Order: sequence, then structure tokens, then C-alpha cells
Amino acid sequence: MSELINAFAIAGKAALGFQAIFFALLAIGINVHFGYTGLLNFGQIAFAMLGGFGIAISVSQWGLPFWVGVLVGVAAAVVLALLLGLPTLRLRADYLAIVTIATAEGLRLVFRSVSATPVTGGTRGLSAFNRDFIDLAPWDTGRRYDILGTSWSGGELWVAAVGWLLVILFSLLVWQLMRSPWGRVLKAIREDEDAVRALGKNVYAYKLQALVLGGVFGAFGGMVYAVNTGSANPDQYQNPNTFLAYAALILGGAARVLGPVIGSMLLLFILQFADTGLRALISNGVIPDELLTSTDVAQIRFVLVGLGLILLLVFRPQGIFGDRREVMLDAR
Amino acid sequence: MAFATLVPGVASAVGEQLVGTLQTSRSGPIEGVEVTVETADGEEVDAVETDEDGRFAIDLPGAGSYTISLDAEALPEGVELGNGDSRTVQVADGRSQPVNFGLVDGSAGSGGGNIRAIQLLVDGLRFGLVIAMCAVGLSLIFGTTGLTNFAHGELVTIGAVVAWFINVRGDVPLIPATIIALVVGAAVGALNELALWRPLRRRGTGLVAALVVSIGLSLLLRYLIQIVYGGASNPYGDFQSQRSVDYGVFTMTNRSLASIIISVVVLVLVALMLQRTKIGKAMRAVSDNRDLAASSGIDVNRVILVVWMMGGALATLGGVLLGLNDQVQWDMGFRLLLLMFAGVTLGGLGTAYGALVGSVIVGVFVQMSTLVIPDDMKYVGGLLLLIVILVIRPQGILGSRARIG
Repeated sequence: MSELINAFAIAGKAALGFQAIFFALLAIGINVHFGYTGLLNFGQIAFAMLGGFGIAISVSQWGLPFWVGVLVGVAAAVVLALLLGLPTLRLRADYLAIVTIATAEGLRLVFRSVSATPVTGGTRGLSAFNRDFIDLAPWDTGRRYDILGTSWSGGELWVAAVGWLLVILFSLLVWQLMRSPWGRVLKAIREDEDAVRALGKNVYAYKLQALVLGGVFGAFGGMVYAVNTGSANPDQYQNPNTFLAYAALILGGAARVLGPVIGSMLLLFILQFADTGLRALISNGVIPDELLTSTDVAQIRFVLVGLGLILLLVFRPQGIFGDRREVMLDAR
Repeated sequence: MAFATLVPGVASAVGEQLVGTLQTSRSGPIEGVEVTVETADGEEVDAVETDEDGRFAIDLPGAGSYTISLDAEALPEGVELGNGDSRTVQVADGRSQPVNFGLVDGSAGSGGGNIRAIQLLVDGLRFGLVIAMCAVGLSLIFGTTGLTNFAHGELVTIGAVVAWFINVRGDVPLIPATIIALVVGAAVGALNELALWRPLRRRGTGLVAALVVSIGLSLLLRYLIQIVYGGASNPYGDFQSQRSVDYGVFTMTNRSLASIIISVVVLVLVALMLQRTKIGKAMRAVSDNRDLAASSGIDVNRVILVVWMMGGALATLGGVLLGLNDQVQWDMGFRLLLLMFAGVTLGGLGTAYGALVGSVIVGVFVQMSTLVIPDDMKYVGGLLLLIVILVIRPQGILGSRARIG
């Protein structure tokens, strides 16, 4: 029983911690792309990587101040969105999907390659760039704090506080934007691109703007991740993370302002609960070693996400809060 | 590729060991080279010769620092030590410590000039044909159902892994093991269609939703494979210790030659089937215009089922040939998937012949690109090619304008 409560507490911390913020920010970006505009960006993690490394490279390699690093990260995300969007947004949806997933994987390979090591630290990554930010915390970051049976370091709490503030700000921004004429054009593009074009709107430009905006949200997600862990490593930004964010978005409900936020909190809770629970069951011998060892548990989360994505899309594509009419999911 | 790779060979049961393998891509495993180990004070522990697989393993008296050296004179012609003939290593308690002598066989660097370009061309051709074999299924599935199948890479991995289990665990020679794996691969393809995609089509699931479903399936299968097979890369049991045969301007192992011949024969058979047989014509008809094909009496669902089975079997064969060359890994298919997409897009999405031509070009391009970019970035070259194609000619070489919408 105590193990169950413990698993609940750890899962609760995961649902409020930096990983939930990371996926929430990625998913808010994907919501702008996929939920509102109907763009299939399968390379959201590349934006996050550029955000995280924007800070890491600026601060620890170039010796620039932390806030300049944030600007560098955002600028890099904007450039990537333009590079991805310009050739592909005139084409059918699946071309953008292929190009974005290929770019995300390609960028990661470049960042971890031997020749990029002088800049990105290669497979070892970069560290020691978050001091300026952690020092801003209004409380003592040197000690740990106990909240509802879980232990948080002062730095973690500070990153989580600022991270959730970002999530709230971006959610408000998305809410306002999608009520504006600009947002209505995006939704119209999702429903019927040709009709929007016939009304004299420049569909291409709108799609490009949506891609840039969502990409910048993703970059902030990567920053939160890098600042909290205090290190930036290309292999933290593996492409399955993009699909974890998709799962979060679809679980919460695409094309809803709070869908990605609730979705990623729930997803992280479920994953962490399954993780802790399985480990406990294995160490108690309830699940025999031949069936599953504790090293396999890390993979289980992706198996669950994969299965969850399939089941959600087949049986409830609108997720928890979504409106079925808004997520027909067959824009071509 | 160029350096002597080191497989931590013999897994030790007890005690400390130094282990390693001497081999390069050109010479194959190097037999009969004396390897000597001394303690930090210069006392000799043991001296052994590498076995026929180029492996050596030296038992040590305990943890600590050791100096290991090899007899550079005994190396075959053309193979040189990249970085001195001895290494000092720390061995921890109970650990079997791998040692890597960086052997250089002249295939690295730009020394080879034209010859190196030809070598890469041949390697690229082999690689491209493997991509083509895997990608034909992907392209035909897209053509007949409109599905961009992101789980196609997992068909490749499943094939390679099934063959590995039958071959290594089941102790069956690789060729019959591959034949069994082909049947399994076709069955997996059929299962894909019958259990998932046909019911989804019947429900009227949109193509974008189907695409996300295939992503979910890809994640699910990929990590299930990692749980079952593990994260390590393993070779097949057969055809591993082959030396390269010198053909004058390039060298190639017999297994690479076999890989090229098998790919060409299979692809020609596929082309003949598409061109001459009834089911092949039906496939092209469904690909071209599904409704028209259905109204002229073609059983569309049956055609799609055959396409899936064929795609599964071809992906399996591609996976085995890839694993034969680069070892079997849990995410080999996913990494190949992006190059398959590059090939299929280059050739024209939905056309079988386009996938073939495009994949071969991508394979050659990826290998040849190592002339100018570092080896660990060669896949990036292929992905860049994909983006460039989309800018210049989005419908691909053999695609028709109407398909890209």
C-alpha cells in the first residue's frame, strides 16, 4: 500500500515537474501546427533542441549572457521553421511530415557528430550554463523542499514555477490569437485550404507564420528541459519525444487551448505511474524476471505511448476535451 | 568502415580479461598476430595469437593497470596501426575490458583518389539496392492505399531480428533462416493489413489519422523489439569472417557481392511481376486509379493484401541483407526508413519503379558523400538530398504532377 502511495506521489511530481512543462510547451506548439492549421510537423523536437542548445552554446561556448542565449535559441527556431516551411508548405501534408522528421533526425546526427564537437560538445553535450537563471530564484536553491511527500530541489522548483508561467502565458496567447481574424484564417485553412485561397488569403504565408510560432513554443520547451537538467545533450532530443508530445496533445484534445496542457500532465502522470509501479512489481517478484527486467521498463513508456496513440486515434480522436467536428484529421 | 572495429568478443564468466578483435573492412579478421600483455611494472602476463576470427582474450591476475601491445610486423600488407602499437588500460574488478587498436587499411582519408570513389560507388550501389528492396513495398502501399506508412521500417527490423533469432538462437544456417523469416515477414505484412489497416479503412479513418496511427505502431513495435531483442547490435552466425576480394579498382567481400546479386535478381523479378502477371497489373491499376480498378472488376482488397505481403517479405530480405553487412540492431529499420522516404520521394511517391531508381540514387549519394563530409554525418547527406528534391522537383523523377496536390 505504501508503495502505491509512493508511486502516486512520484507520478504527481512528474505531472508538475519540468518534463510535463517540456511536453506541454512542445504540444502547445504542435497544437498551433496540427490542431489549428492542420500542418503535420513531426520534427518538433528539433525546435526544442535548437532552443536548449541556443542557450547552452551561447553561454558555455561563447560566454554570452543567459538572456542573449534565449534570444539565440528563439532566432534559431525561427530560421529552422523558415527553412522547413519554404520548400514544403506548398506541397501536400505528408511531405512536410517526411521532411520535418528527417530534419529532426539529421540535425541530431549533426549535433552529436565528431566534427561538431568543438561547438556542441558532441555526444557528451554541454553543461554549466544555467547558473545565471537559477541565481534569480527568490528562495534558497541550495536546499531541498518537501511538498506532499515528494522532494524538490530549490532549482527544480524555480524552473517549474517559471516554466508553468510560460505555459500559462503561451496558452493565453494561443487563446487570444485563435479568437482573432488571424486564428480564424488558420482554422479555415485546416478545414478547406482551397476555399481560403479563393477568398484571396495567402495560405502559404499563413502556414509559414503558424509554423514559426509553434516552433518558437517548442524552442522554449527545449530551454526549460536544458535549464532544469543543467546540461544539453543531443541524445536528450530523440525523435520519439515529438510523438510523446503528439500523444499528449491528442489525449488532451487537439484544437483546444488547454488540451496540450492537461494532456501532457496526464500523460506524464500515467507514464511515471506505470514506470514506478512496474519497477515495484518487478522488484517484489510479482512480474517474473524472464518476462520483464527493470532495464526494460524505460522502453515500456514508448510502447504505452505507441499503443495509446493508436487506440486514441481509432476510438476517440478528439481526446478528452476536443470536438469531434474540429478534429476530423483527414486534411489532405 | 575504415578503422578496426572492436567487438567486445568473448563474454567472460569470471575474472578480469582483456579482449578485442583485429579486423578491418578490407582485410577481414586478422589471424595469427601476437598480442602481449604486461603489468605496470613491465612483467609479462601472457602472450597470445589472434584466432581465425581475429579475436584475442587474455586472462589477467587481477584488476589494475596493464600495457597491451601487438606485433606490428605480423599485420597483413596494407594494414597499419593508426595510433601506435601499445595501449595502457585500466581494468576494473571482474571486468572484461575491451581494447581497441585503431587499425587503418587505407580506405579512410582521401588518399585513394579515383579508386576510393569507385569503392564508394560500389558500396553505395549495394546499399541503394537494399534500400530499394525495402522501399518498393512502402511505395506500393502508398500507391494502393494512400497510407504513408511510418511503421515500414519496423517491417525491416522484424525481418532481420526474426532471421537472427532463427539463425543464432535456433542454430539454423542463415539461408534457410532467411527463407523462414521471409514467410514470417509476409505474415506480419498480412497481419498489418487484416488486423489494423483494413478495419480502419472500413471505418473511414482519414489519411492523416492513419498516418499518426502508423507512427504509434512504429513506436510500439520498435520498443517492443528493443525489449525482446535488446539494445546491442549482433552479427549473424554465418558469413562473418570473410576477407575482401580484390577486383582491381575496388574490393568487396563475397557477402556484399551476394547481396548485390540477390537484390538485382529480386528487383527484376518484382518488375517482371508488375509488368507481366495479372496480380502485378492489378497492383499498378489500383495504384493508378482505385475506383476505376474496382469498377473494372479488380478485387481491390485482395490486391492490397498481396501488396502488404510482398512489402513485408521484401522488407525482411532487405533487413537480412542490411544486417549481414552492418549487424542487426533494434532501430536499424527506423534509421533506414528516412532514407527509404528520401528514395521514394526522389523517384516519385506511389510509383514502384520510381522507388527503385530513387533508392539506388540515394544509396550511392549517401556513400559517395563521405568523400566530402565525415563518415558519421553521411545519413544527413541523404536527408539533405530529400529536401533539395522537394524544392526542385517535388513530384520526383517518375512521378506525375497531379499526385502532389
